[in-house]
Amino acid sequence: MEYEAVIGLEVHVQVKADSKIFARCGAGFGHGPNELADPVVLGLPGALPVMNKKALDGIIKAGLALGCTIPDVSKWDRKNYFYPDSPNNYQITQYDQPICDGGEVEIELPGASRNIMGEHRKVKLTRIHLENDVGKLTHFSSDSLVDYNRAGTSLMEIVSEPDMHSGEEAFAFLTSIRQIMVYCGISDCDMEKGQMRADANISVRPKGQKALGERIELKNLNSITGVKNGIEYEIRRQTSELKKGRTITQATWRWDAELGVTEEMRKKENAHDYRYFPDPDLMPVRVDDEWRNRLRAEIPELPYEKQRRYFEEFDLPYTITSVIVPDRELAEYFEEAANLAPKKAQAIGNLVVNDLLREVSEVGIALSESKIRPPHILSLVEVVEKGTITKNIAKEVFVEMFKSGETAEEVIERKGLKPDFDDSQVKTWCEEAIAENPKPVESFKAGNDKALNSLKGQVMKKSRGKANPQLVDGIIRDLLA
Amino acid sequence: MSDTLYYKSASELAALLEKKEISAVELIQSIINRTKAVDERVGAFNSFDEVDAIAQAGASDARRSDGQSLGPLDGIPIGIKDVLAVTGQPLTCSSKMLEKFVSPYDATCIEKLKASGAVLWGRLNMDEFAMGSSTENSATKVCSNPWNLDHVPGGSSGGSAAAVAAGEAIVSLGSDTGGSIRQPASHCGVVGLKPTYGRVSRYGLAAFASSLDQVGPMGRSVTDVAMVLQAISGHDDRDSTSFKSEVADYVKALSDNAGKKWTLGLPKEYFDTASDAASMEPVLKAIEFYKSIGCEVKEVSLPHTEYAVATYYIVATAEASSNLARYDGVRYTHRAENYDDHIDLYFQSRAEGFGSEVKRRIMLGTYVLSSGYYDAYYLKAQKVRTLIRNDFMKAYEEVDALIAPTSPQPAFKKGEKTSDPLSMYLSDIYTISANLAGIPAMSIPCGFSADGLPIGLQILGKPFMEEELLSVGHAFEQAHDFTNQHPKL
Amino acid sequence: MSDKPKIDIDYISNLARVALSEEEKAAYSKDLSSILGYVEKLNELDTDGIEPMAHPYPVYNVWREDKVESKMSPEKAMENAPASRQNMVIVPKVVE
Ligand SMILES: [Mg+2]
Ligand SMILES: [Zn+2]
Repeated sequence: MEYEAVIGLEVHVQVKADSKIFARCGAGFGHGPNELADPVVLGLPGALPVMNKKALDGIIKAGLALGCTIPDVSKWDRKNYFYPDSPNNYQITQYDQPICDGGEVEIELPGASRNIMGEHRKVKLTRIHLENDVGKLTHFSSDSLVDYNRAGTSLMEIVSEPDMHSGEEAFAFLTSIRQIMVYCGISDCDMEKGQMRADANISVRPKGQKALGERIELKNLNSITGVKNGIEYEIRRQTSELKKGRTITQATWRWDAELGVTEEMRKKENAHDYRYFPDPDLMPVRVDDEWRNRLRAEIPELPYEKQRRYFEEFDLPYTITSVIVPDRELAEYFEEAANLAPKKAQAIGNLVVNDLLREVSEVGIALSESKIRPPHILSLVEVVEKGTITKNIAKEVFVEMFKSGETAEEVIERKGLKPDFDDSQVKTWCEEAIAENPKPVESFKAGNDKALNSLKGQVMKKSRGKANPQLVDGIIRDLLA
Repeated sequence: MSDTLYYKSASELAALLEKKEISAVELIQSIINRTKAVDERVGAFNSFDEVDAIAQAGASDARRSDGQSLGPLDGIPIGIKDVLAVTGQPLTCSSKMLEKFVSPYDATCIEKLKASGAVLWGRLNMDEFAMGSSTENSATKVCSNPWNLDHVPGGSSGGSAAAVAAGEAIVSLGSDTGGSIRQPASHCGVVGLKPTYGRVSRYGLAAFASSLDQVGPMGRSVTDVAMVLQAISGHDDRDSTSFKSEVADYVKALSDNAGKKWTLGLPKEYFDTASDAASMEPVLKAIEFYKSIGCEVKEVSLPHTEYAVATYYIVATAEASSNLARYDGVRYTHRAENYDDHIDLYFQSRAEGFGSEVKRRIMLGTYVLSSGYYDAYYLKAQKVRTLIRNDFMKAYEEVDALIAPTSPQPAFKKGEKTSDPLSMYLSDIYTISANLAGIPAMSIPCGFSADGLPIGLQILGKPFMEEELLSVGHAFEQAHDFTNQHPKL
Repeated sequence: MSDKPKIDIDYISNLARVALSEEEKAAYSKDLSSILGYVEKLNELDTDGIEPMAHPYPVYNVWREDKVESKMSPEKAMENAPASRQNMVIVPKVVE
């Protein structure tokens, strides 16, 4: 029998803000233990929550970017459960009236190869709600320590429908969410810093069956590859159980990335009774069109829209867009250059993807710190196109430009890279090369086209690399014709 | 003179301080002496810090001599219910759970009192976490009614009422979730006001039931209560439920409104019930008084009154079960010595830290919110709450304020009701509705029972119209002499 | 609610994280059922179409701007902790 997996994801994303969601103390990563605490964060007697407007803006923007409906009214509820990382022993969250309803996430599945665009589809969302994050436990041999720095950080929970079927889809879903959140400036989604976390609900059923199988909630998926590997492992495990005639019982499992296995955490019998009720300390949120429109206007063109436009407008190949588009800053950089000379967009794209990214990562600086700005890129494309310098020399010129911040012309001038000979000199060198290398000449005449390369190489050597390779090729072919 | 200062009113003392006839240090010393003399019997204070209080009073005197007085409360000793956060002072809520807790921050009302120059005096006894009507649920010590030490002072702000009645504080702060200011005020023969929900910030008030709790003043006269209310009222951006509404000049309103002929309503349901006949007598006399000064008095109906207690005990315990979850043995509370693991730490710490009434209410609140019961209990109660509020709003279309008893009987004997929680709950019958509706209400002394226990008159007002409420009470107070009657201690 | 409420006292004490003695269990079971019995009277009221009241004076959008306005030293934050180390609260080893 054939089996198919059904996967739903719950993705927690921290909303970027200076202060916490209900407290006025700082929010962030990398501080000393309990440096980001105050009476509200610690849940001291008498402390009360007050909403952070920026967190609301963040989730509404996220909802609009993902095509959710933003209902007019939403409210806060308490989810009651005891855990040492939760100062109040309840989480302030949204139960039946979340800020965002529905929505969908466009994802790209892997293509046949890295150079080929994969299929795009849309994964349906159930909702997105806002809540407070909890603190962090560090475990030691005989006890655990609690740090409340993370407690109270603004956290969105993006809940998908059971609408995915493979680890790859889940991977693509998370990748897409991360790109969109970063694009919109809502979150940095750094999984290592806990800014994005995912839990998966996974079930397997015989292909063709309508009803869902018993589901396993899989936790501890701490990286995007962890999500993919953990889910794939769990699908294999469940499928093999079913094939052996065993049944799956609802439970919570965890992914152990080190061992590469999933293991059971707790059975569903101990499922919590969260006793949700409206939080009496907080007033409801009302969203009007003015607010929705203001935030909608702040949403940039999203990655896949941008990619489609680059195909249309600049005729860029997938290989270039797939590198440029996911990084908003890089895309904006590229576009600034491309807009100066739209017809040269491909050459510009190549320089950006190959030379610029290589240098930036080699030196280890941010793109914004690079001395080469978009007009510099164009200057280099133009001198190559005019044939002033060869592509090989252009690479050298780029490295110089990157170091000094000069234009291509300035580097060429300073380093004397401009050819100091004319075409007739090139012809002379070609004639010399033919005369000096009878073997390749013979070989070429016998039909081996590749033999020409060694002749061309000789000419380039004579010109100290400055001759235009196309010109050389043409002359040699003429002479041997 | 200084040996009798403790029974003077805040307004009188403010004048004496202003004229420099007395000093704030002299005044607090008188209070300290009085407290030391009587509190062993009264048990109003969980703790106090003499040195700190004298230092505050000294600072007040220094300000005054520099011409920098902060106003009428500058130098006036005010007792604080042990449920409000004051930096560097214990905050125990009369619970073993918070026995060792020292607050690192100030409640907003405390910040405001500090800004008014008042001398914060001691931590007043209460029912544990404000749950109770007799202060018998205090884990700290027994609190007695200064008028008869065998009787309870009422609760939960029993210490706040008893301290003021016994001259251990000039005025005090209490908190009122279902009558916890008004009922002890009535039992101890003092004035106690529960402001409109949202009038006084709850920031720094250890929560019992967030949608019902209010901080309010207690004193021996309406004017004193008005002075304190003035100082602590106003919008606070640290409490999302704090209301943005103008704060009137409450003391000025008392004279501005003098002689006004109010239209007063008598909620008939408050007079039908099984109140003790003898304690109704002074209330009925008070009604006659209002008629005699030309007020129109008419019967009104609050038809959902009989559902108030049931509604209250669902809403209040549900919220409490969640609010008190933070007292868990982890971050700052009592932690049990013996436990098996991190989960058992909760079970044992909470079993040891909470008293029996608190546990009872946590159990009830947990039950009504538990899976399958939410709609039947909490949601239902919230709907009935709407009906109860609507009753009041309808009545206020016809009348300026309502007049009723505060409590069905005078202060009962210690131990009389501890074995029957439901009958204890039912004794809050007249006070609970104001919390459910969110309206302001006040109790003022209006007479004594045959055996000399004080009886209170309750005045319930329109939302955010405390100045009217105070003025109605003031009219009665001016024509009677309860302010200067004190228990013999 | 019209059926006599069944009270599973162990279930509730587990949710509430309060250990109860056998005597307490018996007493609270009795108290809860008497109070819940009393509360039955709410069923006399037809509340269809009545808005539940979550706040006495509800207003919308009570918020603050995203500014850091409060701070507490970690030492202060740990001052009341029953057990702490390296400015963190010590709890028994949490295993899941
Ligand atoms: Mg969830
Ligand atoms: Zn969540």
